[in-house]
Amino acid sequence: MIQTSEKFREHVAHALTDADLKIALTRTTGLLQSRRRQVIDEYPEYAQARIRAQAIKDHTLKHLGHYLEMFEANATANGAKVHWAATPGEARRIVSDICVKAGAKTATRVKSMLGEEIGIAEALADAGVERIETDLAEHIIQLAGEAPSHIVMPAMHKTREQVASLFDEKHGVAPDSHDVTDLVASARRELRKKFLSADVGISGANFLIADTGAIVTVTNEGNSELTCTPPKTHIVTVGIEKIVPGMDHATVLLRLLARAAIGAEITQYTTFYNGPKREDDADGPTDYHIVLVDNHRSEMLGTDLQPMLRCIRCGACMNHCPVYAAVGGHAYGAVYPGPMGSVLTPAMSSLEAAKDLPNACTLNGRCKEVCPVNIPLPDMLRTFRARQWEAGLTPPLAQWALKGWGFVARRPRIYRLASGLSVYGLRLWAFGKGRIRKMPLASSWLKYRDLPRPEKGSFMQQYNASEHAKRSRK
Amino acid sequence: MTMDHSDKPRVGLFVTCLVDAMRPNIGFASLKLLEQAGCIVEVPQAQTCCGQPAYNSGDDATTKAIAQQLIEAFESYDYVVVPSGSCASMIRTHYGALFVDDPVWAARQQALSAKTWEILSFLSDVMAMQIEQVRYQGTATYHDSCSGLRDLGVHDQPRQLLENVEGLSMKPLKDDDVCCGFGGTFCVKYPDISNAIVSEKTDAIANTGADTLLAGDLGCLMNMAGKLSREGRDIKAFHTVEVLAGMADGAGIIGSDK
Repeated sequence: MIQTSEKFREHVAHALTDADLKIALTRTTGLLQSRRRQVIDEYPEYAQARIRAQAIKDHTLKHLGHYLEMFEANATANGAKVHWAATPGEARRIVSDICVKAGAKTATRVKSMLGEEIGIAEALADAGVERIETDLAEHIIQLAGEAPSHIVMPAMHKTREQVASLFDEKHGVAPDSHDVTDLVASARRELRKKFLSADVGISGANFLIADTGAIVTVTNEGNSELTCTPPKTHIVTVGIEKIVPGMDHATVLLRLLARAAIGAEITQYTTFYNGPKREDDADGPTDYHIVLVDNHRSEMLGTDLQPMLRCIRCGACMNHCPVYAAVGGHAYGAVYPGPMGSVLTPAMSSLEAAKDLPNACTLNGRCKEVCPVNIPLPDMLRTFRARQWEAGLTPPLAQWALKGWGFVARRPRIYRLASGLSVYGLRLWAFGKGRIRKMPLASSWLKYRDLPRPEKGSFMQQYNASEHAKRSRK
Repeated sequence: MTMDHSDKPRVGLFVTCLVDAMRPNIGFASLKLLEQAGCIVEVPQAQTCCGQPAYNSGDDATTKAIAQQLIEAFESYDYVVVPSGSCASMIRTHYGALFVDDPVWAARQQALSAKTWEILSFLSDVMAMQIEQVRYQGTATYHDSCSGLRDLGVHDQPRQLLENVEGLSMKPLKDDDVCCGFGGTFCVKYPDISNAIVSEKTDAIANTGADTLLAGDLGCLMNMAGKLSREGRDIKAFHTVEVLAGMADGAGIIGSDK
């Protein structure tokens, strides 16, 4: 996906006029929020599990090198070929080379955000391989020629009505009806025939387990199993932060992931892949590769941004973010949208290219509240604002206004005078009415809202006058 | 219970810049409630703003200078009380980040932060105040402003205090814990997104059928009341302390054209 986060404001303007988008976002976020609340209410150990999950991730990140080496040794012993990629470009080259060597013509793919992050579609195109997305939502957006707008629900921006007309148009046989069940059946008919003939299966991993070398995937559609088992070659591309020390740790996180992501106790399918096909196995790939991707993750270690590496990609932050609910995932113009994306995008690209993202947030803190691993997302967005301020990237008008205000705010006497004058000015401007509807320099506010006419005199003026009066009466 | 004059807690009232300029009534209502609760209240003259606009814009040097000035102005009091969850949280939960490399100021900041309270939680949790003989004729709905709710745990306190206001009946607000789209400078930096968010909020407020909107932060209140006014909805907005002090008269935070 090409990053276009520098066009955030343009995307927002477009999104806010899209009535279908609003319907889709309201329906899905509302459902995900209520389901999540319900399963967490029914999970008495939730608070403890969240603390434990945070501790597991913090510990693993502190000893990341150690656990990655352990994983590599165990995965290799299981028969995997482990590759390291510092950049998306390196990861693409590795994937492309494997496909070429395998003589692959088609590749089935399970949705993984890391795959989007490194540009897996481009890697397959380079290798001359046809890409078949097997996740239902990814299938929808592949047909539509779009990018995911959510990390768990890639087609969240589409209404089911839009999906129905897309399937009518693009599927060989139109769906029997526009009921959700028939739409799913239609996608299944389309995809089923492609699963069994694919040369390569490509997946991500929700967790890497260091002490066994296993990878874990969770899906609700069973497409991971159908993607990773029949082809001769299986390629896993995964971010290095997905590692946990052992199985117990993975299960703590799995229980939180499903609840936070889709409001379910567990996903339909949770599969542990332990290596290529063994002699007495009925099926499985004979060639099994794991590509461990860094892409700026190791640079975040030991900085204010390290807590972001705790992220288990559940999407709860975006499901609860009022800005995401208003503009949708595509507005962010990046692989990762919403609050977590507003941290990851500048961390993985640059402050300039993603300059709006850390600012387009009300700092209301709901994302942090629902995060299963307690990532202080608002604090990290503020960290980027401070970095932007230091780098002089804050818009000049805002810098000028803040500096002026800061100067006055540090001088109480001047401040009193200035606030008294502002109150006086605003009262005059109100022309005797109780509210102000138009005023120069306040257009951003007054475009959509009225402003009160202030009371007669600031608090300090009134208070001091009354105290003064009290004293003079004595 | 009668208290010896010297036993009364000395409270420094931090009025907040918005209250000072736009709605002094909230400051006077705070003063009245704190005195009713048995505090000696003073209003330090050296106060201006908590520094939040600079902090949230990433200007840490200015924020630090403002914070130091506020600490000096208020550190002699037993408590600092603020009629805003957002500004109280700025002092209580965010000032710490400014002084991590400055042990002397860090100690002064920690002492001040620990005794800083949002007014509704202070009246309820610290002073165990009971509201008596206060009347407000109307139906109201309550919006939980984000900083007070999430940083300071202000949720039950305002609702409990409001229970004893005669004539007032409360209506639950759908998504009362969802941001109203104010966000300080956010609403002027991204007015279109802010408008989309506040529009959902004013729809939810109107759907309660209440004639009054209450909250604990003037910023959020000006945003919601400003939108209600622009939409021509006949719903008054007050800060909770105005109702609790029996000082919620007239048209509310935003007046009419009449």
